[in-house]
Amino acid sequence: MNFERIKEKLNILADAAKYDVSCSSSGSKRANKDKGLGDSSGMGICHTYTEDGRCVSLLKILLTNHCIFDCAYCVTRKSNDIKRAAFKVQEVVDLTINFYRRNYIEGLFLSSGIFKNADYTMERLVAVAKKLRLEENFNGYIHLKSIPGASDELMREAGLYADRLSVNIEIPSVKGLKLLAPDKNRADFIKPMEKVKNEIIQYKAEKKIIKNTPIYAPAGQSTQMIIGATNETDAEIMYTSASFYKNFNLKRVYYSGYVPISYDSRLPSIGTEVPMMRENRLYQTDWLLRFYGFDIRELLNKDTPNLDMDIDPKLSWALRNLNLFPIDINKADKHMLARIPGLGMKSVNKIINARRFRKLNWEHLKAIGAAVNRAKYFMTCDSRVYETRDLTAAQIKGLILSNSSSKYRKTLNNQLNLFDTVKPLSV
Amino acid sequence: MSDILVYDGSFDGFLTVVFEVFESKLQQPKIEPAYRASATFFSETREIQTDFIKSKRVWDGIIKKGNSNIKRIIYKSFLSEKVGVENILLDYICKFFADNTAVFGNFTDPSVLKLSKIVKSVEREKHRMDAFIRFKLTKDNIYFATIEPDFNVLPLISKHFEDRYADQQWIIYDLKRNKGLYYNLNIVENITLELKPEALKTKGTDVLFTQEELAYEELWKNYFKSTNIESRKNMVLHVKHMPKRYWKYLSEKQL
Repeated sequence: MNFERIKEKLNILADAAKYDVSCSSSGSKRANKDKGLGDSSGMGICHTYTEDGRCVSLLKILLTNHCIFDCAYCVTRKSNDIKRAAFKVQEVVDLTINFYRRNYIEGLFLSSGIFKNADYTMERLVAVAKKLRLEENFNGYIHLKSIPGASDELMREAGLYADRLSVNIEIPSVKGLKLLAPDKNRADFIKPMEKVKNEIIQYKAEKKIIKNTPIYAPAGQSTQMIIGATNETDAEIMYTSASFYKNFNLKRVYYSGYVPISYDSRLPSIGTEVPMMRENRLYQTDWLLRFYGFDIRELLNKDTPNLDMDIDPKLSWALRNLNLFPIDINKADKHMLARIPGLGMKSVNKIINARRFRKLNWEHLKAIGAAVNRAKYFMTCDSRVYETRDLTAAQIKGLILSNSSSKYRKTLNNQLNLFDTVKPLSV
Repeated sequence: MSDILVYDGSFDGFLTVVFEVFESKLQQPKIEPAYRASATFFSETREIQTDFIKSKRVWDGIIKKGNSNIKRIIYKSFLSEKVGVENILLDYICKFFADNTAVFGNFTDPSVLKLSKIVKSVEREKHRMDAFIRFKLTKDNIYFATIEPDFNVLPLISKHFEDRYADQQWIIYDLKRNKGLYYNLNIVENITLELKPEALKTKGTDVLFTQEELAYEELWKNYFKSTNIESRKNMVLHVKHMPKRYWKYLSEKQL
């Protein structure tokens, strides 16, 4: 192996792949077999974290950054004057195996620029996965990109070797896609996604009858949207997301704040800040939908097309629905407990466990780890101290903000001064 | 005058102590492992010999009355080696034997809450070891890694690595406790080595490691750099996920 040449390719093709945020390595059921290499039946593992604070779980690279498309938001677009490189199939296999053996990674995340056509590209991605599984008896995690427009036969084969497949819809709205990637259309993204969805449904049905049905994409499908490259509202983004979760049984939708990489006038100019905070709020909303039992229409609708930036979406919802509070945490069901700002699902489960033994008071809640500073305006417990004043939503918001320090405080400072000041309740 | 019971530091030793406490109806004795015990004027120190029959009786009793969660909490919090954890455990076990439904999930009880926090930190470090261990290929064809975890997590990580690296020989060595695991392609053995710290460095000296090893480490460092997005730099988050005390074993954090 020529290490110098490999190093050069790795630098180029890892750099080009880094804007794909998915790095999950969980959810697969692939156990080690016949004393081979690797096991991905456990939980996901983040092996290291880059200085931007993002986890590194997989060797995330492009097979090549040669591309026939010219999507404005993409760093590997045809018209961009950058160094190009391509890995051979065997080189990717060797890198994956050797990184894995040293416990650097959980597996491989392989994407690619499109060279020649969709099927030609998809075929090479599948060849890497196939070689890893069949020749190397590799049982680590493999995440392959579904290339938009790839044929059903190739998608069927891909799922036999990969744990997860994903195709990025990139731009949340069809009109945005038309503007930035005129050669692409939504239907091409949908096609492989639809095929994989159906294969997974079929696999699950057959598995019940025939036990040794070969596993098919056990960690499911995901997708990614770029945030802030086009001018969609948060509502448009999240409704798109919710419909993908529903229609394609996706495991995850990722939101990637646009990192300016081009002087194209259709896009935010270079030097514009990456919308990290907005990204964070979108993820919070996503979590509320998937784990907290919220419906998207409660969080975003005609009256609230965008998320608040200064407070999280659950608090924001609670402030709009003060008539539902306060909630008695010694009586309320799980569904309602999960809606109290300041209580995460871990606290909720602890409360449900602990209240079987005795009624809980403020001290108990603090010891358990609930964010009492926020929760106290929305709940009562086994104590005579509770919020008795009839505070308005704006007052509560002001009190909570003045008692908390957000890592985004710098950006928010101007807004903070606007709130009424009320003396905080101490418990 | 209170008693101090000293045991050999092993889990069986601790369970033997628990047996003695119940057997002799001792009132609130202080329990200390031999590696930490110190004599004081005002209390009597008694050494408890590990007795596998007694420890098994206690453990069987726990298994019979409890579920896998109780086992997990007792064993993992013991491995934390935290000062005073033995006495919290004793309190927990007494309450558990008095009423086996009284402890699990009862977070309003101070011992239950403390142990649940300790278990959480032990499990967190176990998971970190699964992630942060970096093997280096030696000239003897063994993948070798050293660690210095805060807690004694070696027994907890054995299975994870055995399942995963079934076709390669490996050693994970805890420098702090001077013991390690060696997988010989069949089973995992407990080992003790005499190591010279300077032999472990890959840089410059390559007495122990292959040339290929240095090349892959170099590729990995390069990958680590290339996959970072400079305009999203967030060192606070970076350090939160990867506390600095682990850096010396992470090849990508060595310049």
